[in-house]
Amino acid sequence: MNATSPARNRFVKTDHVRRKERRERAAQFALGAMALLLILPLGLIVGYLFYKAFPILSFDFLFEVPTRGMRAGGIWPALLGTIYLVLLSLAMATPIGVLAAVYLNEYAQEGWMTRIVHLAVVNLAGVPSIVHALFGLGAFVVFAGVGRSILAASLTLAIMTLPVIIASTKEALSAVPRTFREACWNVGATRWQTIRHIVLPNSISGILTGVILQVSRTAGETAPVMFTGAVFYKAIEKGDLLAYGLFDQCMALSMHLFTLSTQVPDVPEALPYGTAVVLLATVLSVNALAIGFRVVLRSRKKW
Amino acid sequence: MKKIEVENLRIAYGGKEALKGVTFDVRENEVLAIIGPAQSGKTSLLRALNRTIEFTAGATVAGTIKVDGEDVRRARNVSDLRRKIGMVAPLPVGLPMTIFDNVAFAPRMAGMRDQQRLAEIVERSLRQAALWDEVKDRLDTLGTKLSGGQQQRLTIARALSHDPEILCLDEFSIAIDPVTTMRIEEALRELRSRMTILLVTNLTQQARRLADRTMFLWDGDLIEIDRNEVIFSDRPADDRTRDYVQGVFG
Repeated sequence: MNATSPARNRFVKTDHVRRKERRERAAQFALGAMALLLILPLGLIVGYLFYKAFPILSFDFLFEVPTRGMRAGGIWPALLGTIYLVLLSLAMATPIGVLAAVYLNEYAQEGWMTRIVHLAVVNLAGVPSIVHALFGLGAFVVFAGVGRSILAASLTLAIMTLPVIIASTKEALSAVPRTFREACWNVGATRWQTIRHIVLPNSISGILTGVILQVSRTAGETAPVMFTGAVFYKAIEKGDLLAYGLFDQCMALSMHLFTLSTQVPDVPEALPYGTAVVLLATVLSVNALAIGFRVVLRSRKKW
Repeated sequence: MKKIEVENLRIAYGGKEALKGVTFDVRENEVLAIIGPAQSGKTSLLRALNRTIEFTAGATVAGTIKVDGEDVRRARNVSDLRRKIGMVAPLPVGLPMTIFDNVAFAPRMAGMRDQQRLAEIVERSLRQAALWDEVKDRLDTLGTKLSGGQQQRLTIARALSHDPEILCLDEFSIAIDPVTTMRIEEALRELRSRMTILLVTNLTQQARRLADRTMFLWDGDLIEIDRNEVIFSDRPADDRTRDYVQGVFG
């Protein structure tokens, strides 16, 4: 800059400014391109799957049972099995996880006990699913004598999702400002009254979002259900909603996809891709539900 | 008559002492101002009084606080104790519910269901907090959507809703404008005949305007407590008090 006449030159673009602007544009372009790149794999996966699966997709495919040694027909037993497993495991993991998180976030004082619990939650979340599978096999199928069944598989999935539900619930709870709690305590409300009337009503959407996101995880897991309750083939009626009992073995979408792709010779190509599309569609629609919840949560935010 | 008696009160968080043994008492229907710089133990004192300090992990309290002659730490019903004391925090807290529900919260938590009585309490409390005229037509709107000054008066209305005998205000004016501050001070002058008021404040002039007596805390020690005529004179008992109230430091 010209030191003798700064006032005159203040708004003139110097070379330095032009260089800065060029770099700014380059940086914005590069970062933006990387962000856009994220959409690419998702688009490719979904597009490719639909393209390959297109010949077979129909309502019949959903509600038919597999025929001709899994080489034709639909996927109803697997779809129903996955629905059972997801609902049952979340029905077990949600109350325990949410209540434990409420205790940890609202009651527990900082101490060695809570630190151990916290450590357990973090480490449990980090255990690979195949290890959960082996544990489920040993603990529920063999030791508890439940046998390979929907119950054993759901219990295994429940233990697997528990730490994540605890973590997401704690997050939702701690998003409620502490000043709200203090205001309640100051007027003589007990801890439970505060939780019941202030904390839970204002965090329920966040808690539900966390739980719903676990649906996609339980639906997609293969190893745990393979070890503890899912089978290669199970004969049930077409479209029968109550086909499985608690102690029955069942088919599952994830395992079905695995067997079709690797265990059965001469499967028409569209069949495993159709299964994958159904699995993906189930997961994505549940995720869409979670997003819907979050939108409602934001629009109704009260502070 | 003595409303509050504090004897050798010590409060520590972990190893750090916030109050180092203070002794004083507050008379019935008196306005006592508590002044002192940050970290001098003012807020800790209030939180020990209504025992919400128990919600802070690692806080320890020694010594005695008596309200109406009863040791607060032996209080059979903590909720009753807290309802006996109205507490107003430095930053306004509108709970995420309607204005009506904000004020009716305390009586409801105490078990009151009668709509008629609740409506009376809400109106009385909002009037006492000088907010009624501004919100009487929109009691069903969210309390969190009010302006800062209105929310602080809502907070005061909530503190008054359970008919406290003692009202504690912790630097109620730090987040609001001078005009609202004056309106609240006006409301407090109305209330002083009915209750004992503890006023923690950073504004020495506010203490001078409102209080009968003023207590000066410094780094967890009680430096001086006396009538305002003495504290704000040229010759309080301690030089630090004089320097502080005259703005030499702090």
